[in-house]
Amino acid sequence: MLSQQDMLEAERHGKQVRSIYVYEAPVRLWHWINALAMVVLAVTGYFIGLPLPTMPGEASDNFLMGYIRFAHFAAAYIFAIGLLGRIYWAFVGNHHAKQIFKLPITNRQWWSEVFFELRWYLFLEKTPKKYVGHNPMAQLMMFFFFTVLAVGMVFTGFALYSEGAGLGTWSDTLFGWVIPALGGSLQVHNLHRLGMWIMMTFAVIHIYAAIREDIMSRQSLISTMISGWRMFKD
Amino acid sequence: MTETFYEVLRRQGITRRSFLKFCSLTATSLGLGSAAAPRIAHAMETKPRTPVLWLHGLECTCCSESFIRSAHPLTKDVVLSMLSLDYDDTLMAAAGHQAEAILDEVKKKYKGQYIVAVEGNPPLNEDGMFCIQGGRPFVEKLKETCADAKAIISWGACASYGCVQAAKPNPTRATPVHKVITGKPIINVPGCPPIAEVMTGVVTYMLTFDRIPELDRQGRPKMFYGQRIHDKCYRRGHFDAGQFAEAWDDEGSRKGYCLYKMGCKGPTTYNACSSMRWNGGVSWPVQSGHGCIGCSEDGFWDKGSFYDRVTDIKAFGVESNADTIGKAAAGTVGAAIAAHAAVTALARARQKAGESEKVSENQGEK
Repeated sequence: MLSQQDMLEAERHGKQVRSIYVYEAPVRLWHWINALAMVVLAVTGYFIGLPLPTMPGEASDNFLMGYIRFAHFAAAYIFAIGLLGRIYWAFVGNHHAKQIFKLPITNRQWWSEVFFELRWYLFLEKTPKKYVGHNPMAQLMMFFFFTVLAVGMVFTGFALYSEGAGLGTWSDTLFGWVIPALGGSLQVHNLHRLGMWIMMTFAVIHIYAAIREDIMSRQSLISTMISGWRMFKD
Repeated sequence: MTETFYEVLRRQGITRRSFLKFCSLTATSLGLGSAAAPRIAHAMETKPRTPVLWLHGLECTCCSESFIRSAHPLTKDVVLSMLSLDYDDTLMAAAGHQAEAILDEVKKKYKGQYIVAVEGNPPLNEDGMFCIQGGRPFVEKLKETCADAKAIISWGACASYGCVQAAKPNPTRATPVHKVITGKPIINVPGCPPIAEVMTGVVTYMLTFDRIPELDRQGRPKMFYGQRIHDKCYRRGHFDAGQFAEAWDDEGSRKGYCLYKMGCKGPTTYNACSSMRWNGGVSWPVQSGHGCIGCSEDGFWDKGSFYDRVTDIKAFGVESNADTIGKAAAGTVGAAIAAHAAVTALARARQKAGESEKVSENQGEK
């Protein structure tokens, strides 16, 4: 009798929990690789600007800054190439893959939902709306604090990289102009570091919002970025 | 036609042997290799000396002070033999109307053939009244003199970028030469002052090859400003090893460790100090234990402390560095998130309590 009841229960439940395939495999893979690259970049970048306490012994026995800078540059290449791959996927992937690259700013409905989401986060709305992809507020934040900022970090980052690589290298040819345009090497270093702080602050908000929405809006968020399926719990 | 360099040198009693030695030394100091030595010799034997007019705007004469201490080539050779320094109000013997007349004379006689070397910059506020020479604003003299020049050399941070007189709030509106003179090739030779051998090297290159050296995006000669101090610094090994001086009197400082943490601007400064050094190769700032202050970079007076690596960014009237802003933002957002999470939890608990009450009510009805 009990097992029969369980089956019925599961069947009814199965009808209620609907799921939609949102994030395709390349997007999910990119998301986690990108997250890892960002952690490495932020930590190593922090210590490039303000290095660790001095190393004892002979200079020839140590290569700490060298390794830290190597990790930073390696992660930077992964971050930049990943971003290029992600932009490519925005063209060939499903419509959710385009979300973080363009904003429907002429759509009034979209704007009103941005403000609805704002009210929801300010506890002024009792029940949240459900979205298959990003909610409009998240999309707006994602566009400015990830997409635009990431492009800025790639440009300033490779401009700084070109200083060590030297005149006439590909990084100098493509990004060297950024340095005089932003007011000199030191200024670019400072702005690049400020960009890191903005991105890290956004990452904190991003993780908090994902966990909170996963609980509050009765739809899956975190597991969606792993499996690709968005589950709706009621 | 004026005399060639070679004729002048011989007239001064310099042997051909010494002349050829000078040519190979010059070729080496320009990084051109031994094959260029005969070309330099040939050029000096055949080309007439180029007249140079050296103007002084708002400046401190540190460029001239540096220039006259050049060792390779000796300034004596440059000034007396290689170039015909027809006008330099600080160095010349003539004065007053006699001196000013030379400007007009050279301008007419060598139209489009002479080089203008500018030390300092013109202030533009109040119609240029902050720098008056011979009874008129320097900016007028500069414009007139440059009008028929072949090329212009901007000596030092003043002429190239503005330097201290252009630092905020720049009351006289001191303006770098390339923002006042347009349509002429301008070579920026920044530094406060530039290295003597860099100055004579640029002049030697232009006179011997009759063309301006290859320039980078900021109009600086690539051969001297193509790399950062950091790229050729003899303390670079300590940087890569992670060995830093952390105070002016600590063990690392005594051992000659990297001055990065003491605010050295070597990694953000393009100049030849770490390879050519100063005062005939005696020393240079990092070798004497003080970090680079970045004097050959645009606006170095306004880029925060000389003793910090992460320096202040000036924007929206606030001065703060990236770490202060970043930590404040991250802290605020962190606190806001904690508060938000707490409110969320409370609201949820209340909602759940309401729901379970409803459920129990419903069950009660049943």
